[in-house]
Amino acid sequence: MNNKKTPKSGSPKSDLILDRTELLAYFWKVQNTQGYIRSEDIVACSRALDISYIEVEGVVSFYHFFTRQPTGEFTIYLNRSIVSECKGYERVKEAFEMATGATMGGVDPSGQFGLFKTACIGLSDLEPAALINFFPFTNLNSLKVKEIVARLKQGASPADICDTVPDHIRSVPEEDKVMLMRDYDPGLAVAPLKEHSPESVIEEIKKSGLRGMGGAYFPAGLKWEFCRKEAANPKYIVCNADEGEPGTFKDRVLMNSIPGLLLEGMTVAGYAVGATEGIIYLRAEYSWMKDKLQHTIEHFRKMHLLGNDICGIEGFNFDIRMELGAGAYVCGEETALLNSLEGKRGEPRNKRFFPTQRGYLLQPTVVNNVETFCAAARIMQLGADHYLQTGTPASPGTKLLSVSGDCRLPGIYEIEWGTTVAEVLEKCDADRPHFIQVSGPSGECISMDEADRAIALDDLPCGGSFMIFNRQRDILEILRNYTNFFKHESCGLCTPCRAGNFIIEKKLDLFAAHLARQSDVEEVRSWGEIMKLTCRCGLGKTAPNALLTAQAKFPEYFESIVNQNPERLSKGFSLEDAVREYDRFSS
Amino acid sequence: MNKARKKSNGQAGKASAKAANKATDRITITIDGESIDTEPGRNLVQVANENGIFIPSLCYFEDIEPPLGTCRVCSCKIDGVAGPACTETVRDGMVVEAITDELTNARKAIVEMMFSEGNHFCPGCQKSGDCDLQHMGYEMGLTQSRFPHVFKDRLIDFNPSRMIMEHNRCIKCLRCVKEVFTDEGKAVFSFRHRGNETRVGIDYDEEAKLSDQQAIDAMHLCPTGAIIVRGELHARPFGVRRFDMESMQKKEPAEDLKIVLPKEKKTIATISLAGCFGCHMSLLDIDLKLIDLVEIVELNKSPLNDIKEFTKHCDIGLIEGGCCNAENVEVLREFRRKCDVLVAFGECAIWGGLPAMRNTIPLSECLEEAYLNCISSMDDEWAVPYHEDLPKILDKVYACSEIVDIDYFIPGCPPDANHIWKSILSLLSGQELSVLYSEFKYD
Ligand SMILES: Cc1cc2nc3c(=O)[nH]c(=O)nc-3n(C[C@H](O)[C@H](O)[C@H](O)COP(=O)(O)O)c2cc1C
Ligand code: SF4
Ligand code: FES
Repeated sequence: MNNKKTPKSGSPKSDLILDRTELLAYFWKVQNTQGYIRSEDIVACSRALDISYIEVEGVVSFYHFFTRQPTGEFTIYLNRSIVSECKGYERVKEAFEMATGATMGGVDPSGQFGLFKTACIGLSDLEPAALINFFPFTNLNSLKVKEIVARLKQGASPADICDTVPDHIRSVPEEDKVMLMRDYDPGLAVAPLKEHSPESVIEEIKKSGLRGMGGAYFPAGLKWEFCRKEAANPKYIVCNADEGEPGTFKDRVLMNSIPGLLLEGMTVAGYAVGATEGIIYLRAEYSWMKDKLQHTIEHFRKMHLLGNDICGIEGFNFDIRMELGAGAYVCGEETALLNSLEGKRGEPRNKRFFPTQRGYLLQPTVVNNVETFCAAARIMQLGADHYLQTGTPASPGTKLLSVSGDCRLPGIYEIEWGTTVAEVLEKCDADRPHFIQVSGPSGECISMDEADRAIALDDLPCGGSFMIFNRQRDILEILRNYTNFFKHESCGLCTPCRAGNFIIEKKLDLFAAHLARQSDVEEVRSWGEIMKLTCRCGLGKTAPNALLTAQAKFPEYFESIVNQNPERLSKGFSLEDAVREYDRFSS
Repeated sequence: MNKARKKSNGQAGKASAKAANKATDRITITIDGESIDTEPGRNLVQVANENGIFIPSLCYFEDIEPPLGTCRVCSCKIDGVAGPACTETVRDGMVVEAITDELTNARKAIVEMMFSEGNHFCPGCQKSGDCDLQHMGYEMGLTQSRFPHVFKDRLIDFNPSRMIMEHNRCIKCLRCVKEVFTDEGKAVFSFRHRGNETRVGIDYDEEAKLSDQQAIDAMHLCPTGAIIVRGELHARPFGVRRFDMESMQKKEPAEDLKIVLPKEKKTIATISLAGCFGCHMSLLDIDLKLIDLVEIVELNKSPLNDIKEFTKHCDIGLIEGGCCNAENVEVLREFRRKCDVLVAFGECAIWGGLPAMRNTIPLSECLEEAYLNCISSMDDEWAVPYHEDLPKILDKVYACSEIVDIDYFIPGCPPDANHIWKSILSLLSGQELSVLYSEFKYD
C-alpha cells in the first residue's frame, strides 16, 4: 500500500483531495465529463496523491475504457466476442461505420461518434450487442443500427433510446428444488440471523457444501471461517461482479432481477466474519445497472437491512458501497480485483497470502462471486438441509448457466448440479450442436460424444458460460477469437502469458493461411502445456485450455486443416506474400 | 539500491523477524531426491544453487522483498505444485522437483520467448557480457528459439536527461518498478498498458531527480540493456564483466576426441545467404584442423572452393545467413533438396541476426530511406532498384527455419571455430561431443 494516503496539505497547485482508493472513480468522472483523460488530469491526480506521474499513467493505461484521446460525443463499444461474431458482428460493424462515418477503432471527422470493439459485455443472449455511452443496445442488425444512429443524430440521448435488457430466465428446477430464482422478499435471509451466532452461520454454510460460483469452486464456508479467525480489523466483504468470462451473464441477471438477494448475501457474510463494510466491484460494462443497485442499497438502508443494528441485532453494523471497474477481464481474478479497488493496476498479486489473510488494504477480506452470495442468502432462508436435497452428493445445490450461441432459447437456466449436457441442449432447443464451450474460453470444449456428461464438480464443472456452436462455425475461428481475447486481457506481468498468447495467435494465423503442418499442431500444443505449467495466475494457466481440449476432441478437424503432404522445403512461408510489399513499392 | 525506497507493505519485516527467531533451527528439504540441510526462512533458489542444483532465475534479485515472480524462469514443482522457486522460502519437509525434462524444457522455452518477444541484438549491446538474459541463454544451452521472432517496433526513448530507455531489450521483470525511487520516495518507473503491449514507462521529471550514482545503480539493476546511462557506453569493461568467468554449473571438461570416422568421405556444401561471411571466416579459424577436414570430407558447392553449382547430392549443407531476398529463398530450398542434413550456423541463419534489425521497420520505409531520401548518383533522379535480374527484397529477413526444415543449429555471432569443428565432427561420426562452455559462449 501507499504509505501516504492523505495528501500533504497545501501540496502545490492542486485543490483536488483524493485517496488512492478513489483513483478509478476520479478518472471515471474525468472520462465521462471530458470524453477522455488529458495529461493535466494525470498530473492533478499525481499531485493530489503525492506519487509520480508515471505511476498514475501506468494505472490509467491499464484499463480499456480509460482513453487518452477523445472518443466522440457518442462512444460505441461493439462487442466482439465469439457469439457476437457468429450472430453477425461483421455486418453490424459495417453498418455502424456507414452510418456514423467512423472506422472501427476511431472517431468520425466531426467528433460525434467513436466506434470501438470490446470484449464480451455480458449480453450473449442478445447478440450482436453494443454499449453506447455505456447504455445497452441489443439484437443489432443493419437496419436497427441505421435507426439508432439517425435518432442520436437528431439529438436523442442513448439513455432514452437504449433497449431494456430482458432477464431471459428460461428454466428452473421443479418446485422446491429452485434455489436462486424463486420469489424474493427483502429480509428473508437477514432476518434469520437473529437466531444465529456468526459461528453457526458459518457452520450452516459449511454444512450446505456451498462452493464458490466464480469458477474456482472453493468452499465458501471455509473461506468465511478463515477470515473470521484472522485477528486483524477491519475486515471487508467484496463482491466480485466483474463477470468477464465471455458468454457469462448470470450475475447480470441476478443483479437485475433480484439485487436485494445479493445485498443480503453480503450482509450474511459480513455478520459471519465480523466485517462492517461491503464493496461491490461492478464491471463497467454493467454500469447501466448501477442506479438500480444504488436504489436498492438506499432502500435497504431505509428498511434497516443495511446500516446500524441491522434487523434489530444490536451492534451488527454493515453497509455496502459500489465501485466501478474500467474494462479488464483480469480484474475478475480476486487479487487483481483488490489491487484495482486500491487504485492500482489490475495485476494479480503473488500468492503469498490469501485475501482472507491480506486482502483489501491488506486487511482480511472475503471475495465471493455474486451467485455465491445469492446462494448463501438462500441457504440462510431455506436452511442447509433444504439445499442438500438438490444436486448430487459431491455437488449439492443448483447452478446458473448462461446459455448462448446456436440455440433457439438463449438465456439463464437454473439447473441442479448433475444435469447432463444433453438435457441442457434439449431445454434450450440447440441447433445442430457440434462444439460446446463449457465455462467460457478458459474452460473446456466438448463434442457431442460427451453429451451425457453430467454438469457437476466431479464430472464437468461449469462456471456459468455455456456456448453452443453448430457445424457451420469454424473451430479455428472460435479459437482465434479466444486467443486474441487473452492476448489483450493478459495483465502483461509474466512472460509465458504476455508472450505466449501472442505467439500462439501467430501460429493460429498460420493455420488460417493454410500453411500449417501436422508438426505445427503438436508444437502449438506443447506451447500450451508450457503456459499451463508456468503462468502466474489463472488467466494464463487456463488460456490454452480451449485450444488443448479442441485438439484432443476434434483431431479429425485439425487433420483436415493442415497440409497433409508437406515437403521439407516449404514451411509456413509464402514467397509471393513476402515480395508483395517490394513489388508494390518499387513498381 | 535506493535507501529511500518505500516498504511496499509489512511483509518484509515480518518474514525476516521470523527467520531470525528460528535462525538456530535446522531444517531438511528435498530437491530432486537429494536431502539438503539448511536454515529456515531462506530463499529456495539460493539454497538450491549453493547446493549445486542450478535453478535458473532472471527477475529474482536478492534485495527485492517480496520477490517479484514475474519472469517464471525459475519454475519448479514445489510439493507437487508448479510454481516459481524464487518466491518460495524453504520450509522443513519441502519437496522440490527442479531438474526434470518437463521443467527444464519449460524454463528454456520461457527464455526463448524473451528472445523472440524482444529485439535482442547482442553484438550491438552495451550490456553484452553483463546481461542476465544473455547469461541465462548460455547457461541453459540455448541454440535457437522455438518461437518465431516477433520483431515489434519498439521505441528507444532518449527523452530522459540521463538515461536511455531501450524498450527493445526490456523483459518486463519489474525490478526497476519496485526498486528505483527518488529520495522523496516517488517511483521513477512504472508498467504502462497491458497484455503484449506492456511497456515500462519512465518518469522524466523523477528521473532527473536521481543522483548520478542512483542512475548507474538503476542501470546495473536492469537484467538486460534496457536502462542505459548516457556516457556509460559499456556497463563494465571486458575482463570485469559479471559473466566473463566460467559457467555457474559444474561441467566436466570434454575428453580428447577419439573419433571413429566413416570410411567413405562425406560431401559437404556451404553457402552464405544474408550473412557477412563471418561464419565462414570462423570456420577457417580451425587452422590446422582444416587439413584434417579435407581428409575426411569432400567439398561440393561452396564459396570456399568457388564451386557455383551442385554437382551431386550432398550429405551435409551448412547455411550461413538468413533470407532477405527471393534468391536467398531459392538457394536455401535448393540446399534442402540437395542435402540430407541442413545445419544453420550463426545467428543470422538461425533467426535473422543483425540484418534482421530492419524487421522492426516496414520495408517501404527502409527503401525510402536508402534510395529516395539520399544523395543520388543519377542526376536528380531517385529510384528504388527494380529489375528482372535483381532478386526481389522480402518484406523482412526470415530465419532459415521459417522457410525450410533445419536439422541442427550452431549458435554464435560468429560461432566459435571449435564449436563448428566439433559439431561437424559429431555429425560425421554420429558421436555426441560436448561443446565446452567457453566454445559455446561467443560474445
Ligand atoms: C482471469 C480470471 C478471471 C476471473 N474472473 C472472475 C469473474 O469475472 N467473476 C468471478 O466471480 N470470479 C472470477 N474469477 C475467480 C476469482 O479469482 C475468485 O476465485 C472468485 O471471485 C472467488 O469467489 P467464489 O469463491 O465465490 O467463486 C476469475 C479468476 C481468474 C483467474
Ligand atoms: S498469467 Fe501472468 S501475465 Fe497473465 S494475467 Fe496472470 S500474471 Fe498476468
Ligand atoms: S526468477 Fe523466479 S519468476 Fe523470475
